[in-house]
Amino acid sequence: MNSNLQKKLVNKEFVVTAECGPPRGANTAVITKKIQLLNGHVDAVNVTDNQTAIVRMSSIAASAHLVAAGMEPVMQMVVRDRNRIAIQSDIMGAYSLGIRNILCLSGDHQKFGSQPDALNVFDIDSTNLIHTVRQMRETGRDMSGYDLDQAPKMFIGAAANPFADPFEYRVLRLAKKIAAGADFIQTQCIYNMEKFKEWIKQARDIGLTEKVFILGGVTPLRSAGMARYMNQRVAGMDIPDKVIRRMEQVPKEQAPEEGVQICLETIEELKNLQGVHGVHIMAIEWEEIVGQIVQRSGLKKARG
Amino acid sequence: MITGSQKPLKEIATLVEPYERILILGCGTCVKTCFAGGEDEVAVLASALRLYFKKNYKMVAIDELTIERQCENEFIQEASFKAGQNDAILSLACGAGVQALAKRFAKSPVLPGVNTTFIGIQESPGIFTEECSGCGNCGLAVFGGICPLTRCSKKLLNGPCGGSCRGKCEIDADTDCAWQLIIDRMTLLGQLDNLATYIPPKNWSTSLSGGPRKLIREDHII
Repeated sequence: MNSNLQKKLVNKEFVVTAECGPPRGANTAVITKKIQLLNGHVDAVNVTDNQTAIVRMSSIAASAHLVAAGMEPVMQMVVRDRNRIAIQSDIMGAYSLGIRNILCLSGDHQKFGSQPDALNVFDIDSTNLIHTVRQMRETGRDMSGYDLDQAPKMFIGAAANPFADPFEYRVLRLAKKIAAGADFIQTQCIYNMEKFKEWIKQARDIGLTEKVFILGGVTPLRSAGMARYMNQRVAGMDIPDKVIRRMEQVPKEQAPEEGVQICLETIEELKNLQGVHGVHIMAIEWEEIVGQIVQRSGLKKARG
Repeated sequence: MITGSQKPLKEIATLVEPYERILILGCGTCVKTCFAGGEDEVAVLASALRLYFKKNYKMVAIDELTIERQCENEFIQEASFKAGQNDAILSLACGAGVQALAKRFAKSPVLPGVNTTFIGIQESPGIFTEECSGCGNCGLAVFGGICPLTRCSKKLLNGPCGGSCRGKCEIDADTDCAWQLIIDRMTLLGQLDNLATYIPPKNWSTSLSGGPRKLIREDHII
């Protein structure tokens, strides 16, 4: 096993992952700062790949900086910007740089990004990407069937959004991703716990939680405005009215603490939910709060 | 059909301005059906251009003609005389028509008056939707007759993505989620289980990615 994240999950540890968005530029100081904030609190850090289709430092390079700093990255890779030739080449390159985890994604459509006039690729889809990474690992071959001189052996992650439509199909799609080769799943941010419970129950019922490690996604809200914005504008986000109201009902300066409180309650439920193997804390540009969340949720232990 | 929409008047005026005599050439097939370049649109555009140039004190003589199809030599021939009489041709056909004219009339500049958009259908009066990408290897049988490569914003073969919301695509609330449509249709056909099968990466070599394509029918070559 190459990946520490994998080792911990196999050892039945309840893992914690966080997120690090690379800078919009070549300055590594931002990454260094985020590493300092997250180091010792989490088991691995997702490094986003031009998230929301805004151009940033590549996830491979930023992941390599994490490796150099002694942190374990989960390199996110979207199929929006690369064809299968670039994808396979980048996976080999990433592996050679010490990156051992990959999260396979479609990617946000560039329509929302900084350069909506770009051509998108979508040569293969996210499930195809999962399949490709597994094929490299299991057979040692690339997509053309060529025997690679040292195949990358990645621990393979995929995303799942239990809150998107059609709900009845969500678990079937999860099953498809697992069959394609997903080892772990990181979910969309959970605010609608009832719906999440229903989804994980469906997954359990058909035995999926025995085949894959599921990390529940959480994002601490900082304000009522952020809650409303995310609910309306962020694709696939489901923030129930009662959560938004809770954020609205506290004075503005107490809103971040209320957001953390909601997040802690969610984590507490996830810890006790059968089939959930960890949490993925996406504190968007609020990395300094991650340590506190880990501490207060009782998940603090020797990490890093 | 191939759909298209006429370019803005100002853009067209800028294209034809350098010439003294232009022929607006309409096409009576696809672009006529989508109201971009049939006989009626040729007449309206000709009047608008005459007015535009009059207002701007420019002398551009405008001639009009519509032929059945600009993508077939047999019909293009009918435009030969007028092509010779004018300095340039403003084609209101799709890009194929424009290029067919350029091949046929070596000495005439041929200008596009229409932005070709897609292969589609008229879903309801005045609403045209894209349905086919012409990938050269049709997989519609697998998807209940709904093409995810064309109609899913992310070309997902194993969709839907996490952005599908109440039947709509994440890119905007007016765009249907192709995968919701596929799932609904497969459910109706009692074939939803078929979607559990993993669909491998698309072979794009039959598409434009494989280079410009040629269709050869040996049995029709003379």
